[in-house]
Amino acid sequence: MMQDFILQAGDLDLLVQAIRKEGFQVMGPVLRDKAITYDTVASAADLPQGWTDRQEKGCYRLERRDDDAYFGYAVGPHSWKKFLQLPRRQVWKARKDTNDIQVTEITEEPPRMAFLGVRSCELHAIAIQDRVFVDDQHSNENYAQRRSNLFIVAVNCTSAAATCFCTSMNAGPKVTLATDLAMTEVIDGDEHYFLIGSDSYRGSQVLRQLPVTPSGKRHEEAAARGVQNAVRQMEEGPRRFDSSDLKELLYRNYESASWDQVAERCLSCANCTMACPTCFCSTVEDTTDLSGDHAERWERWDSCFTADFSYVTGGPVRADTRSRYRQWMTHKLATWHDQFGSSGCVGCGRCITWCPVGIDLTEEVRNIRELEKPGPEQ
Amino acid sequence: MQEPTKPRLAVWKFASCDGCQLSLLDCEDELLQLADTIDIAYFMEASSRQVAGPYDLSLVEGSITTTEDALRIREVRAQSRALVTIGACATAGGIQALRNFADVEEFTAVVYAHPQYIATLATSTPISAHVPVDFELQGCPINKRQLLEVISAFLHRRPPQVPPHSVCVECKIRGNVCVWVAHGTPCMGPVTHAGCGAICPTYNRGCYSCYGPKENPNTESLCHWWREELGAERVTIIENLRNFNAAAPAFERESRRQASTGNQEQADGQD
Repeated sequence: MMQDFILQAGDLDLLVQAIRKEGFQVMGPVLRDKAITYDTVASAADLPQGWTDRQEKGCYRLERRDDDAYFGYAVGPHSWKKFLQLPRRQVWKARKDTNDIQVTEITEEPPRMAFLGVRSCELHAIAIQDRVFVDDQHSNENYAQRRSNLFIVAVNCTSAAATCFCTSMNAGPKVTLATDLAMTEVIDGDEHYFLIGSDSYRGSQVLRQLPVTPSGKRHEEAAARGVQNAVRQMEEGPRRFDSSDLKELLYRNYESASWDQVAERCLSCANCTMACPTCFCSTVEDTTDLSGDHAERWERWDSCFTADFSYVTGGPVRADTRSRYRQWMTHKLATWHDQFGSSGCVGCGRCITWCPVGIDLTEEVRNIRELEKPGPEQ
Repeated sequence: MQEPTKPRLAVWKFASCDGCQLSLLDCEDELLQLADTIDIAYFMEASSRQVAGPYDLSLVEGSITTTEDALRIREVRAQSRALVTIGACATAGGIQALRNFADVEEFTAVVYAHPQYIATLATSTPISAHVPVDFELQGCPINKRQLLEVISAFLHRRPPQVPPHSVCVECKIRGNVCVWVAHGTPCMGPVTHAGCGAICPTYNRGCYSCYGPKENPNTESLCHWWREELGAERVTIIENLRNFNAAAPAFERESRRQASTGNQEQADGQD
């Protein structure tokens, strides 16, 4: 997308208000409980201006920046999936009459939402979930409805967290997928502005309401330098790896000793899957009331790390942690290709940060590779 | 016309504080419907009316701490079509299982003016150590919604929706920021059975596992990170493993391991 206009940082609220005026509820980054989470944004004052996140495995800390950047953080505990694939929702309710059972589907007027500040990895994650919930044979109507109205304002990353590895997964940091608006935040000396562009009709309708000016070469170069900075941080970081042969690597290593090693540390608590922006598994819970005349079905997030997830008559197929971690990682990085035509990982690093005991997917890949190498001749 | 017989419910108390039974009385909005649906045949906390067994569903609160109770629970089992334990005492021995790690005679000598009148077992054990149990509802105290769910499930012969996964799943579904990762607060959530709705982390406190272990808990790995990365003292780790669910096997094993490692370190330090 061409980002060929300049929006002064002081005018950012005009963007928020213009989107709201189009009838969208704006969702974006806000400070909550010492983290940058995604929630309703009423004005630019709600954004985490001047804050950033320091991330390492099993550790997230909110910190002050030495500038006033609005989008100067990487990714937080939430992903956008919580607005599209609801964590918990009622599917139907039923009532027993004398002769039959009346089932009523629970439907909602899908909200018109705008996501403000979507990163490239997150755009890829939404595209992956689209393939699961909309394009695949088993569509999820609730997701599809929420998704169809969505207005997206993407933001290029100009710095990366230590846990980021989107370059290794070919999912960023530069925004390449279609959005309504895309921006790059630039702080250059006394100047603070956004390079902004649209490639949808709706985006252009918003853009024309803003006091933007045409950008010059120097603005575009400054923005490109920012994105390049994020690329460099990841390329020089310890988590960069070659993902081109992951599928074959994992298919060859069902019995790797690495699975036993990671199982000693893994808590099977499911945090990685809940934090992951592409993990899509859910379950349904059917209940009755005391009388037995009323029943309900609820859908909620589930995880391949729980025992109930693989329960079939007699017990869970994956009873131990080794088999659960292997299932998750092999699906994410290998079998996902066969199932949906892409990797299930976008390199956002959430599973690394939000694992309580700091299990690092990139380390696990490296470990599998190391253990596969032939040892010294006996 | 005679009404169809309602299923009979009995509620039993063993060594416990009565809090879990109270959860049933706390179901204020549903109590009338409950009384409509089932015959509350034996529930001494609520009524002095006692209907003789057998019972369709027995809810058992409390642990076994005396020889009399060890016999009485067999009688309860014999009279019950389904037996469901409620609470940490009945499923894991409760706070009184701290005696399992110490000398109960020493405890009685400290607490009672005339300990010679106290006849008690050396251990506090869960109901499942004595009789077969059809379902265990964890929590200290139990959640009244879950209790209603279990009663409804047994009445209508369907599986209860009481998932045994971690508290973390509840936190994430609520959208909570993880207190462990974002604040460095030690939290038992990753090894703790869900059901409370993640109350403590929702108010920025660490979980202290009043619901006891989840299925497949990795307490050793959790304790290792608490100590090495979150800077928790060994005594804090042991205290969190030894509260209401001290005798739950996953917690007992790890607290004993922590205690013996701590003793060993102390001995080494004195050399």
